[in-house]
Amino acid sequence: MFGFILRRLGLLIPTFIGVSLVAFFFIRLLPGDPVLLLAGERGISPERYAELMHRFGFDLPLWQQFITYFTDLVQGDFGTSISTKKPIFTEFFTLFPATLELSFCAVIFAVVLGVPAGVIAAVKRNSWFDHTAMATALVGYSMPIFWWALLLIIVFSGMLGWTPVSGRISLMFFFPKVTGFMLIDSLLSGKAGAFQSAVSHLILPTIVLGTIPLAVIARQTRSAMLEVLGEDYIRTAKAKGLSPFRVVAVHALRNALIPVITTIGLQIGVLMAGAILTETIFSWPGIGKWMVDSIFRRDYPAVQGGLVLIALIVMGVNLVVDMLYGLVNPKIRHQR
Amino acid sequence: MPILEISNLSVDFRTVGGQFRAVDGVSMTVEPGEIVSIVGESGSGKSVSMLALMGLLPWTATITADKMMFDGKDLLTIPARERRRIVGKDLAMIFQEPMSSLNPCYTVGWQIGEVLKVHLGLDKRARRDRTVELLELVGIPSAAERLDTYPHQMSGGMNQRVMIAMAIACNPKLLIADEPTTALDVTIQAQILDLLAKLQRETGMALVLITHDMGVVAETANRVSVQYAGQKVEEQPVSELFADPHHPYTAALLSALPERATTRRLPSIPGVVPGQYDRPSGCLFSPRCAFVTERCVEKAPVTQGQAAGYALCHYPLNQGKPVGHPGPAAILDRRLSA
Repeated sequence: MFGFILRRLGLLIPTFIGVSLVAFFFIRLLPGDPVLLLAGERGISPERYAELMHRFGFDLPLWQQFITYFTDLVQGDFGTSISTKKPIFTEFFTLFPATLELSFCAVIFAVVLGVPAGVIAAVKRNSWFDHTAMATALVGYSMPIFWWALLLIIVFSGMLGWTPVSGRISLMFFFPKVTGFMLIDSLLSGKAGAFQSAVSHLILPTIVLGTIPLAVIARQTRSAMLEVLGEDYIRTAKAKGLSPFRVVAVHALRNALIPVITTIGLQIGVLMAGAILTETIFSWPGIGKWMVDSIFRRDYPAVQGGLVLIALIVMGVNLVVDMLYGLVNPKIRHQR
Repeated sequence: MPILEISNLSVDFRTVGGQFRAVDGVSMTVEPGEIVSIVGESGSGKSVSMLALMGLLPWTATITADKMMFDGKDLLTIPARERRRIVGKDLAMIFQEPMSSLNPCYTVGWQIGEVLKVHLGLDKRARRDRTVELLELVGIPSAAERLDTYPHQMSGGMNQRVMIAMAIACNPKLLIADEPTTALDVTIQAQILDLLAKLQRETGMALVLITHDMGVVAETANRVSVQYAGQKVEEQPVSELFADPHHPYTAALLSALPERATTRRLPSIPGVVPGQYDRPSGCLFSPRCAFVTERCVEKAPVTQGQAAGYALCHYPLNQGKPVGHPGPAAILDRRLSA
């Protein structure tokens, strides 16, 4: 197991180099530069422009800029934001709890609904439930996430008034930041109604961000379950005189979850991409929104550093998922 | 009183091409402590009839029978919950593929223990003791250390022993072994058969052995039922069957055994078992039979009496001669046209 983790960590190195390359060059492909955008509509004198470009080091040849950026990166220096003048690393991890909280809730939402829906659809194959659930999943998967978000806002916030439109918590509540997770902090604050407010702000973003993973997990669970239900060991389980519930819940589900866990791991990347849209629409102060803002400001260091940090997190999560996979699947565990 | 009594059992499968009759009016009885063997080629419905008994057929199957009694209980009308109390306890079954018949996610100790927990309600400690005892009984060395191994860490032969241990865990009255040695090495095959015979002697359970291996039949069974294309074509005690087969199919199977061959080239039965789309009229064996006449093609035969081994044939053999047969001139040369 230890050797396995080391090998997987070794694999991170080429990925890391690749991501830092892409992050560096792609943001520079966009027209405009940070200094022009800092100057605003009124423009800037050529002398002042040259001076600022020099100060940020953007007047150097690209390859020199890259070497500086990359050597800083491997030393753990993710650079300093041009617009806020704060270190990227600090800025990122100040905002990251908000994204983590939202992503975590979205995954829970997707798993808690998706796995049982997939199992029931497989067990009651070709029933009305199966057809409805799978058709719904297809719609959920195909729907543009921003359109879905707007639709939910119109119905639940606008027409029904059940949920707030944006933000993490009502402006009525103010309390010190302890963990950065609004659900925990609001509880710690001890203020009446704070936790409820945090929860109600989370509901719509969670549904929006969790919809695609939910659809993928439900479909994947169904097909994995169908395959497992046809296996010889399921016949053995029935021949033992076990109840249908036990056959499904104990003998089939654990085997079916093996491919589903991989799928969940792969969804983490999708979740990060989804977070950018979801956070922008709901004004959720997380890294997704921060990345979008940074791109609009052409804040090169922020975009580069942010992308690398997101990539590292996704890779780390996938590593954990692979380790979980071994826990569920004894065959993998013993190969290592 | 027989432990198992099946009469006129038929199983139909719903398929894309319509109904397919996999088992066609099969009857059989098994006395307590007896070893009955069901023999036949692939596709002859041997396994399906026993799976019907266990309630393990998919929903596409329709089961009809005049009688399906096990240990005084009517399996045709019994509610599913009641059946589950019998299946796995008094009526157990082992399968062809030991490697895939055990759940890869659980240890063998756990899987055997599950039966003891569900049917006998044993506590953890008692389950462990009984599991070790069972593993020793089926000849697994250092049984106590094997409890925590997973199926993929053991060989096919060992896994089949685990399957047997699981099946006999609650001292069943009847064990059905569905080609238990087909997937195993030849040397292991003999060991598993010896083990089944030994367990049968020691526990006194009845054993139904499904196989297509006449050698296996000769070594283990008391009584043999021969199936062809879903029908039972003959049933005799084992020594009588080998001495004087009454159905031409049985006779052809026996003459194909290497140890019985009289010619340099082994005799074979031409053609294959008919499937869903090429079911012949009259006798189902007629396209492959060496004695086929006009009557065989036109009219389905009826089951003969006990003296003729319940043969499903118009001209049952007696010491190799077809009784009542009109003579060689009447034999149709269907093999060429087929």
